[in-house]
Amino acid sequence: MSELEKRYSPGLAAQTKRPIEDPGIEPHRVRMTDKSEKHARTAERQIAAMFGVSVIGAIIAIWGFFAFPIVDGDLSATRNNSLWMGLGMALSMLGIGFGAVHWAKTLMPDNEVSELRHQARSSEETRAQALEVVKLADGESGFTRRKLIRRTMYGALAFFPIPGIIIFGDLGPVVGDSLRHTMWKSGTRLAKDPTGIPIKASDVTIGSVFHVIPEGLEDLEEHKLEEKAKAAVLLVRVNPEDLNEDPAKADWSYQGIVAYSKICTHVGCPVALYEQHTHHLLCPCHQSTFDLANHCEVVFGPASRPLPQLPITVDAEGYLVAQSDFLEPVGPSFWDMRK
Amino acid sequence: MTNTTEQKQGFVGGTANYLDERLGLGAVVKGFGRKIFPDHWSFMLGEVAMYSFVILVLSGTFLTFFYQPSMAEVHYDGSYAPLKGAQMSIAYASSLDISFDIRGGLIMRQVHHWAALLFVAAAGLHMLRVFFTGAFRKPRELNWVVGFLLFLMGMAAGFTGYSLPDDLLSGNGLRIIDGMIKGIPVIGPAVSSGFFGGEFPGTEVVARLYSLHIMIVPALIIVLMGVHLMMVVIHKHTHYSGPGRRDDNVVGYPLMPVYVAKAGGFFFLVFGVIAAIAATFTINPIWNYGPYDPSPVSAGTQPDWYIGWLDGALRLAPSGWDVVIAGFVIPMGVMVPLVVSLVFLALVAAYPFIENWVTKDKREHHVLDRPRNAPTRTAIGAAGVTFYGVLWAGASTDLIATNFQMSLNQVLTAMQILLILGPVIAYWVTKRACLSLQRKDREMVLHGRETGRVVRLPHGEYIEVHEPVDKYELWKLVDFKEYEPVLPRPDARGKITVGNRLRSAVSRLYFEDRIAPVSKAEYELAHADHAPAIEDKPKSKRKQKALTK
Amino acid sequence: MRRRPWAAGLVVFFGLVLSGGGYAAATNVVQSDIGSAEQIDEGRKLFLANCASCHGTNGEGAIGGPSLIGVGAASVDFQVGTGRMPGQASGPQLYKKPVQFTDEQIAAMAAYVASLAPGPAIPDEEYLRGDGDPTHGGELFRINCAMCHNAVGAGGALTEGKFAPSLAGVSAKHTYEAMVTGPQNMPVFNDTNLTPEDKKDIITYLKYVEDNDSVGGFELGSIGPVAEGLFTWIFGLGFIIAITVWLGAKSN
Repeated sequence: MSELEKRYSPGLAAQTKRPIEDPGIEPHRVRMTDKSEKHARTAERQIAAMFGVSVIGAIIAIWGFFAFPIVDGDLSATRNNSLWMGLGMALSMLGIGFGAVHWAKTLMPDNEVSELRHQARSSEETRAQALEVVKLADGESGFTRRKLIRRTMYGALAFFPIPGIIIFGDLGPVVGDSLRHTMWKSGTRLAKDPTGIPIKASDVTIGSVFHVIPEGLEDLEEHKLEEKAKAAVLLVRVNPEDLNEDPAKADWSYQGIVAYSKICTHVGCPVALYEQHTHHLLCPCHQSTFDLANHCEVVFGPASRPLPQLPITVDAEGYLVAQSDFLEPVGPSFWDMRK
Repeated sequence: MTNTTEQKQGFVGGTANYLDERLGLGAVVKGFGRKIFPDHWSFMLGEVAMYSFVILVLSGTFLTFFYQPSMAEVHYDGSYAPLKGAQMSIAYASSLDISFDIRGGLIMRQVHHWAALLFVAAAGLHMLRVFFTGAFRKPRELNWVVGFLLFLMGMAAGFTGYSLPDDLLSGNGLRIIDGMIKGIPVIGPAVSSGFFGGEFPGTEVVARLYSLHIMIVPALIIVLMGVHLMMVVIHKHTHYSGPGRRDDNVVGYPLMPVYVAKAGGFFFLVFGVIAAIAATFTINPIWNYGPYDPSPVSAGTQPDWYIGWLDGALRLAPSGWDVVIAGFVIPMGVMVPLVVSLVFLALVAAYPFIENWVTKDKREHHVLDRPRNAPTRTAIGAAGVTFYGVLWAGASTDLIATNFQMSLNQVLTAMQILLILGPVIAYWVTKRACLSLQRKDREMVLHGRETGRVVRLPHGEYIEVHEPVDKYELWKLVDFKEYEPVLPRPDARGKITVGNRLRSAVSRLYFEDRIAPVSKAEYELAHADHAPAIEDKPKSKRKQKALTK
Repeated sequence: MRRRPWAAGLVVFFGLVLSGGGYAAATNVVQSDIGSAEQIDEGRKLFLANCASCHGTNGEGAIGGPSLIGVGAASVDFQVGTGRMPGQASGPQLYKKPVQFTDEQIAAMAAYVASLAPGPAIPDEEYLRGDGDPTHGGELFRINCAMCHNAVGAGGALTEGKFAPSLAGVSAKHTYEAMVTGPQNMPVFNDTNLTPEDKKDIITYLKYVEDNDSVGGFELGSIGPVAEGLFTWIFGLGFIIAITVWLGAKSN
C-alpha cells in the first residue's frame, strides 16, 4: 500500500521476510505474430474465415426455420427444425466467438501491465468532510434533537409495511378441516383410476394391485385434482394368511383385500411401487418403504407414520365400498394433525 | 477535450460526439477503457454464469410469447400422438405446443433449460474458486454475500421455472414442496394454503410461480448482478500470486481492446456451446412425463441438479424421530433436512466473517492464496464440498442402485454414513495433502528442482543434481501469507472470556499445523551449504529461449 | 454389495418370488387350447430334463422353485422366452439372459405346464400389433406401470437390490405376458383390472415411444434430470472450461 493509505492490523499473520526480492513482472514473451508479418497475416485470414463461418451458420439457421414446416403427427419435421436451427445458431455464435478471441490473442498486444489499486477506505480528510455533512444535515433537520419526531417516525416506518403483508391474506383460504377429510365416505365404491369403473371384490385376484379413486371423482365439476390428491388409494389382495392385521381393524379388509392411502406420509409422493412377494410398498421419491402385510408399517426410509388404511367392505352387488373416510389425515404429517 | 468537435468525423466519430455531448461518455471511456483485468481461466467462471443468464433472458422472452400460465383444463390437440385428446392444463398444452408446433420453439426451450443448468453450475464453480483462493477476504466479504444470494436466486429461478410446464415430473416436485411446507411447525398448513391458493395442487400455483419466475426473481438477479459487478469495479479484480503481483496493484491486460474482444467473444462461445448442446441433446422431455395427475409418479423422479442436494437431504433423513409435544407433531423427516440445509447455507454465507474472526487480519487482500497455502480453509472447503456432494448423490440413490447393480437400501444407508464420515475424511486428507504440497514447495525453494540426473562426485559421493528454480517461479513459491495460532489472553479487566478461549482454540485448529515459508536466513544458508548440488547454469535452455525478448 | 451370502434365505426367497403366479391363476382362469398330446409329451420330457430339479417332477414345486400348477402357458413363455428361466445366478432377482430353448421347445413346455391346471394363456396376436389408442395406453401406463418402470419404460429401482427392468426391446408378447402373470415381484394385472384392450393400448404406447426417436436429440438414457445434471457438469461445463483455458493461455 502506498504511504498515504492506512495501515491495517495484520491480526495473526506472521511477518516472515521473503528470501528474495520481488523480481517484478516477467518479461514479455514475443509471439510469432509479433515477429513476423507473415504469421500475422495468416492469423488475420484465420479470423476472417471464422467470421465467415459465422455467416454461414446464420444462413443454416434461417434455412432450418423455413425448410422444415411443422407437419401434424410428423415428429421428424420438428426434430429437423430444432436440429438445424440449433446447429446453425451454434455455428454462427462459435464463429464470432472463436474469431474475436483469436484476434485478441494473436494480434492485440499481450504485454501484461500493472495498475495501482487504492484502498476502499476514503482518505481521512474525506471522512472528516463526510462526517461534517452528516452532522450538518442532522443539525438542520433536528433529527437527533427532536426526539418526538424521530420516535414517531420509527413507529410509522415499522407499521406501514404491515398492510403490505396483510394484503396477501387471501392468497389461500383459511385451513379448515380439509386436510383431515377426503372424498371417501361410507358406501363410496372403489373405482379404477382413471376410468372410474367400480371394482368387484372378485376382480381383485391375489397378487393384483389396483390404483383406485372414489367412484364419482371423474364427474366432479371442480376440485377434481385436489380430491384425487388426497383420495388416491392402492388396493391389493394378499393371501389372508400373510396378512398380519391389527385385531381392532380386522374388519377393515375383505378376504385379504386391503386398501391403503397412496400418499406418502413423508412428503406426499404417490407410494405406488408394490412388490408382490415381499408385500412392500416403496415410494420412488425418497425410498420410504412400507410393509403392506403388516399394516403398512415403515420398514425403511424417511417416513415416520404408517400409510393410513381405508376400511372397506362389499356392497350387495359385490362391489368394494368404503366403510367410512380415512380415520386419520392422509399424506405428510403436519403440525396440528392430531387435534 | 476542447475544440475537437468541428473536425471531420465519420459516422462513428459523429455518434461518439453526439453521445459525449449529451451523456459525457468520454469520461467513462477514458476512465474505464484502459482498466486492467488479470487473465486466468478460473476468472471467467462468473462470466459463464452471467452470460448464461443473458441467454436465459433472451430465450425466456421467446418462450413467454407462447407459454400460457393457466391450470384450466383442455383437451390436447397438438402434434404429439400419444397425448392427443388427453386432458391437461393449458400450461402443459402450451409447453407441448412450444415443443412440437412452433418452429424454433423446441430449440429455444432446450437452450433455456440447458442454459439454466449451466447458469447455476457455473455460479457454483465460481463460488468454489472464490472460496478456495480466499478471494472473499477483505475488502470483498460483502461481495461474497451478494454472490451467495445470487446463487440462491439462481436456485429459486430454476425451481420456479422447473414447475411451469405442469407435467407429471414437476407436479410431483411441487407435491414434495407442499409436503415439506406442511411439515413446518405452526405455520406449515397455512403457508401451504397460501402458496397453492387452497389445497394442493389447486389452480393458482403455476401462474404464481410464473410471475415469480419471469419478474421477481430475474429482477432480483439483475439487481444483485449489478451490485456484484459494481463491487468488482470498485475493488478491481484479484490476481494470483506471482512476480510483480502485489496487494497494491493489479496486473493484466487493458479492457480495450483485449478484454472487449476476449470477453465479448466469450459470450458468443458460451452461447454457441449451449446452442450446440441444445440442438443435439434432449432436455426435460415433458411429453414423456405426461400431464400432472396426483395419482401417478415415474420412477426416477428427481429435481434438476441444483435442487438435488435438498432432495438428497430428504432421502437421507432419519425415520421415526417425529416429536409430539402436547399433541402437536414435529415431523423430523422434514425438519431435520430443512434445518441441516439452512445451517449449511448459513455457514457458507458467513464463512468470510468466521475466518476473519479467527485471523483478525484487517488488511486488504488482493493477491489470491494458492489453496495449499491455506490448508485449513482448503480442508474446510473440501469437507463442505463432500457434504454437499453426498447429499447431491443422495438424490440419485435409485439410479446408482440400478446402474451399479446394488441394493437401494444399502446405497441409502451407505450415503447416510458417508454424510457424517465423508467430510471428516475429506478434511483430514485435504489438510495433509496441502501440508505435503507446502513442504514440497519449501524443498524446491531451498534445494531446487530435482532433475533425475545422478552424478558421482570426485570423492565418490553420489548426488542427484538439483536445478535452481528461476526467480519468477521462486517468487510464486515464497510469496504467501501465513498465520500463527494465538493463546487465550486476558482482556482489559484481566479476564479470559469464553469467546477468547474459543477463538484461541479455533486458531489452533487453523494454524497449529503449518509450514512456514522459507525465510531469508534459511534460503541463504541452504544456498551456501548446498552449492555443489546446484548447477551453475541458472535456467534450462528451453526456459532461456522463452525468456529472450 | 448386491450378492450377499443369503444362503438358505435365498432359497426361501426364490420360492416366494415365483409362487405368486399360482395364486394369481387360481382366481383368474384364462385358459386356451392346451396343445396336442405329442406337444405336451415333448414338453413334459423337456420339463423333466431342465426344470424338475427345482419345480418338482410334476411341477408341484420343490425347495428350489415354486409350484407351477396353474401358472399357465403365458408364464412359461415369458420366463423361458426371455431367458430368465432356467434360473442360474443367485441374487435378489432373475436376469434376462440369452434364451436357451427353441421356440418349439418353449411352446412344448408351455403346453405341458398349461395342461397341469388352467392359467393365463399366451396372448392373441391381435393385442400385440400396437394399433390401439396410444393416449389411453400412455395414461394407463403412467398410472399402473411408470412408478416402477419409469414414464417411458427406462426401468427403476425396487427394494433390496431388486429392480424393474427397462422395457426397451421387450417384445409385445412378453410385455403382455408379464402383465397377466406378474413375474417375480411384479404385481398381476388381470383382465378385469386392465382389459385386453387396455393392455393393447399400453403396448401401442410403448411401441410409439420405442419407434420414435426423441425430437429433442439424444436422450441420455431417458432417466431424467440426474443425467441432464451430470451432462451439464461434465460435458457442458467441461467444454466451456476447456475454452476458458484456451482463452487465458498465452498465444505463441
